[in-house]
Amino acid sequence: MKRLIFGDHAPSRRIALISLAMTVLCMIWIYPFIWMLATSLKSNTEIFGNPGLIPESWAWENYSRAWTEANMGRYFFNTLFVTVGSLALVTFATSLMGYILGRFRFPGRTVLFVATVSTVFVPQGFTIIPVFELLSAMGLSTSLVGLTLATSGNAIVIFVVLFAGYFSQLPKELEEAARVEGVTQWQIFWYIMLPLARPMVVTVVIMQVLTAWNDFLLPLVITLANPAIRTLSVGIYAFKGEQTIDWTGMAAAATISIIPVVILFILLQRYFINGLAGAVKG
Amino acid sequence: MTLLHTLYRHRFAYLMLVPGLILSGMFVFYPIFAAVFYAMQDWSGFNADIKFVGLQNFVNLFQDPIFWNAFGRSIYFLLGTVPAQLVLSLLLAMVLNNQLLKLSNLFRTMVFLPVVTPVAVIGIVWTFLLSPFNGPINGLLLDIGLISRPIDFLGSSDTVMPSVIGVYVWKWLGITLIYWLAALQTVPDDVYDAAKLDNCKGLRLVVLVVLPIIMPFAVAITLITMVSALNVFPLIMSMTNGGPFFGSEVMEIFIYRTAFASDDGTIPRLGYAAAAGVLFGMMILGLTILQSLATRMARRRAEGMA
Repeated sequence: MKRLIFGDHAPSRRIALISLAMTVLCMIWIYPFIWMLATSLKSNTEIFGNPGLIPESWAWENYSRAWTEANMGRYFFNTLFVTVGSLALVTFATSLMGYILGRFRFPGRTVLFVATVSTVFVPQGFTIIPVFELLSAMGLSTSLVGLTLATSGNAIVIFVVLFAGYFSQLPKELEEAARVEGVTQWQIFWYIMLPLARPMVVTVVIMQVLTAWNDFLLPLVITLANPAIRTLSVGIYAFKGEQTIDWTGMAAAATISIIPVVILFILLQRYFINGLAGAVKG
Repeated sequence: MTLLHTLYRHRFAYLMLVPGLILSGMFVFYPIFAAVFYAMQDWSGFNADIKFVGLQNFVNLFQDPIFWNAFGRSIYFLLGTVPAQLVLSLLLAMVLNNQLLKLSNLFRTMVFLPVVTPVAVIGIVWTFLLSPFNGPINGLLLDIGLISRPIDFLGSSDTVMPSVIGVYVWKWLGITLIYWLAALQTVPDDVYDAAKLDNCKGLRLVVLVVLPIIMPFAVAITLITMVSALNVFPLIMSMTNGGPFFGSEVMEIFIYRTAFASDDGTIPRLGYAAAAGVLFGMMILGLTILQSLATRMARRRAEGMA
């Protein structure tokens, strides 16, 4: 009977009604996905004649056409490269910086902390031009490495603040005991503090995966001159620009591009939910 | 000597800051200063022909109706998405937080599905769904007789912003839902029991008991939601390219178009675009400060009354 906000009489009937209403709502909610799947299996002539969701003839060739014409394999690899690369960089750099800012008192700390926090609100449109110019100057403006670096810089500030908040709450005794034992600072961070911050690491990993997978402005600008390093998002967008008539091919390409994330999400759902929840709790 | 001494004493802290400082220096701090510098230049970005013009770009921006329209649309977008997203997801979270609801996790997964879908895919699918040529939404509206001819949702300047706002809320509602669920889980069970004894339920329970407890979270959640709503570029770009006739051109599209892809064939204006970015960033900062001042004043007044 706990956590029952909306009334408490005849709970079972009420629950059944809520479940029914939610089922209908959720079906409408994910209808775009169902529709996309259905369209990806129809022929291009059928989509105009058959508004239903079950294809008359299952046109699997849409998938092979999308795979080759939209260059999906290549874009998959690029997206994966950027996501994994930025993940490693971001987790390492922000956990360290958050640890220092959250637990150490040193000259310059306050200035650095205030400067970091005050940039949270800076919109991407503000920084995109200098970022592009900087990468150009380094000769990385048309390379996957450059894209990975810039993607890492995207949400870094929020992560540092989250880590700093989390680390500052941990008890002092842990470090002191370790220090008495003669453990080095680095070992304290690597073997004691970082494992303790596992929930926050998970949060940052999940948020960075979402950022990297959804990012668009940065990859669009960086791949303007080099279509070979397009990510999935930009590749699909370009495919849409080139093919205005091939609806089924596009639906197939779209389906291919969401399958890995959806599988990953369903498998790691618990971590996704807990990780994101950690962002507000921290 | 003393300075060196201090630096040496804290050498570990400074050393460990290096990776984070390099990344944030390159992609957060440096770009902010560089943007201000570029904003004072007349520069196409593609050659060495760069000229210092002081505040001229800003003066021009103040007189540029396209800039103000884009700015207005960004604010419109913020006001259209953030409250709707916060309220709808809170309601949903309260329903899903019910422990007796066995399918709660399944519903949550379904609502979360758009969040993990790449924006470009969302853009494509919704362009089809909203299409006036055989799009299923127009088909449904025609069938039930609500409209007599198809609506060009993304092709008419009256409907394009509400459509984009609707899709944005649909895409990101799942993430706000998770935040609210996390907040609701911190409300202890005995609070509900006590409220029940006092015969406090329904809306009164929510407003008088639950909301005050999750208030600290609400501030953080509102902040995260607002920051996210400033980055709408991908969705609008993949749905409308800022069209029709600039009808959905928000600030970031304006900046991108001016800096990288002026489709009217004129030379890109990197300096001008940077100035727009700086001006927009400062206005957002101003709004944030105003808002936090207002919140603080409201809180103080509430405390004074209590």
